[in-house]
Amino acid sequence: MSARPIIEIEHLSKEFELNGRHIHALRDVNLTIAKGEFVCLIGASGCGKSTLLRIMAGFETASSGAAKMWGSAISEPGPDRGMVFQDYALFPWLSVRDNIAFGPTERSRPKDEIRGKVESFIDIVGLRKFADAYPHQLSGGMKQRVAIARVLANDAEVVLMDEPFGALDAMTRERLQEELLDIWQRTGLTVVFVTHSIEEAIYLSDRVVVMTPAPGKIESDNAVHLARPRDVSAPDFNEIRRLLAGKLHSHHGRKAA
Amino acid sequence: MKDSAASVAIPPPIEIRPAAAATPVPLLTRAGPLLLALVAPVLFLILWQLGVAYTKSRLIPPPTEVAVMMWDFAFGGIWDDAFSQTLHIHLMMSVSRVYGGFLLATGVAVPLGLLIGRVLLARQMLDPMLQMLRPIPVTAWLPLSMIIFGLGGTSAFSLVFLGAFFPILLNTVFGVRNVDPKLFEAAAMLGCQGTNIFRRVVLPAALPSIFTGLRLGHGLAWMVIVVGEMTGVPQGLGAVIMDARTLSRTDLVICGMIVIGLAGFLSDKAITWLSSRMLSWSPQHSR
Repeated sequence: MSARPIIEIEHLSKEFELNGRHIHALRDVNLTIAKGEFVCLIGASGCGKSTLLRIMAGFETASSGAAKMWGSAISEPGPDRGMVFQDYALFPWLSVRDNIAFGPTERSRPKDEIRGKVESFIDIVGLRKFADAYPHQLSGGMKQRVAIARVLANDAEVVLMDEPFGALDAMTRERLQEELLDIWQRTGLTVVFVTHSIEEAIYLSDRVVVMTPAPGKIESDNAVHLARPRDVSAPDFNEIRRLLAGKLHSHHGRKAA
Repeated sequence: MKDSAASVAIPPPIEIRPAAAATPVPLLTRAGPLLLALVAPVLFLILWQLGVAYTKSRLIPPPTEVAVMMWDFAFGGIWDDAFSQTLHIHLMMSVSRVYGGFLLATGVAVPLGLLIGRVLLARQMLDPMLQMLRPIPVTAWLPLSMIIFGLGGTSAFSLVFLGAFFPILLNTVFGVRNVDPKLFEAAAMLGCQGTNIFRRVVLPAALPSIFTGLRLGHGLAWMVIVVGEMTGVPQGLGAVIMDARTLSRTDLVICGMIVIGLAGFLSDKAITWLSSRMLSWSPQHSR
C-alpha cells in the first residue's frame, strides 16, 4: 500500500437551508485517504457522514473548502468513484448480468472486454446461478452483491459505500463483510465506508473516522492495528470498541464548539 | 462455496408458475373461466330475444336478425345491398385511422413527455399550456378540426390523435417524474451522461407508466373514431353506424357497434400482450 493520497478533503464545509432553517452539515473537515486504505466514517445521524461521502461521489458540492481525487477537484460523479447505496439502486429492468455491464457498456468498452469482466465479477460475487434474474427476484444480500460487482466491473478506484449492509439481516451482513474484505484485499481497492455500527467499523477498516453532529465534524481519526481476520469477541477488539463508543458519545452534554 | 450461508433466504430466480403441462388439469377447470365469462352474454342475448318477442317491438331487431345482418355485412349473399360484404372495407378504414392517429400520438407524446418530465425548462414552458388544453373534450375539437381539415377522414384522424395524445403524454410525464432519483445517481456514477440518460434510464424506468398511457390512449382512440367518422366520412365503422341510423337499419347499427367492440377488445389485448412482454422485469406486470 502506497501512502500517496487518493482522496483529499481540505477545510471542507457544507451549509444549506432546509425549511427556512440554516443547517451546518459539515464544518472544516480535513481528511486524507491513501490508495488501498479501508476507511470507515462513523457517527450518529446528522453528523454529516453521508453528506461527506456524497461530496466525494460528486453528487453534492462543498460550500467551501475542497474535495480532491488524485489532486484534482471533484466536481461531478464519475466512474473512478463507484457508489454502493444502502437501498441498492439497481436498474430493475436489467438482469443481474446487464446491471453489472451497465458501466462498461456506457463507457463504450470493447464487447469482449465487457463480457469477460462481467462474467468474472458474476463469479466473484457468487451469482452465477442468478445471472439472468431481475433485481426483484433477488434477496437483499444478493442485490447488494450485484451493486458491488457493478461498481467493480466499472474499474472504480474508490468504492464509496453508504451503509451498504444496513438493511440486511445479521447473517447476510457478516457474510458480505467477509466477502467485501476478501475482494478489497485481492484488488487493492480504496474503500470509504459509512456505517453507524462501531463493530462493523472496527471489523472492516484500517482507520475509523468518528464524526459528531451539529455541526458535522471529525471528532477523531483512529487507526485500527488489529491483525486480520479480526475476532469481534477478542479482548483487544472490545478495548477499541469501548474507546470508540466513548468518543462517539463524548459530544453529548458538550456545547458545539 | 461462497454463497452457501446466504443462500438460505434466497427466493427462486424465476417465478414458480402452476405447471400446466406436468399435472393434467381437468377440462372443466381449464374451461371454467371461459364458461363463466359466457354466462352474462348468453343470458343477455336470451333476454334480448325474449324482450323483443314479448313487446313486439319494431324498433329493436332480435339478436337472430342482427346475426343475419352481420353475416351479410361480412360475407354478403343475403341482402345484396350497398352494405353487403363491406365489413372489411369499413373495418380497415377505421383501424388505419385509429392506428395512424394512435401511433402518431405515441410518436409525439412519448418524447415530449420524457422531455417535460426530465427538463425543467421544457416543463415550465409547456406544462401550463398543455394543462389548459387537456380539459377540452376531444369532441369539442370536432367542429374546429372539420374547419381546418375539411369534411373527411383527416378530421377523424386528427381527433384520434388528440384523444390518444393526452393520456400518453400525461402518463409519460408521470412515469418520468416518479423515477427513483437514486437511479440517476447510480447511472451518473457509472459514467452515463447527457442524452444517454434518456435512453438508458428515463425511458426504461418510465415504461410501465408509458404503457398505462398507451392503453388509455388506445381505448380513447377507439371511442373517438366513431365520433370522428360520423360526419362527412364515406367509409369507416362510425360512418356505417351513422348511415344505418339514417336508413333506420337498426340491425346494421348494432352490427357496427359489435365490430367496434370486438376490434377494440382485440387490439387492447395486443397492447397488453406487448406490455407484459416488455415489462417482464417488473413484478407488477410480468405474468
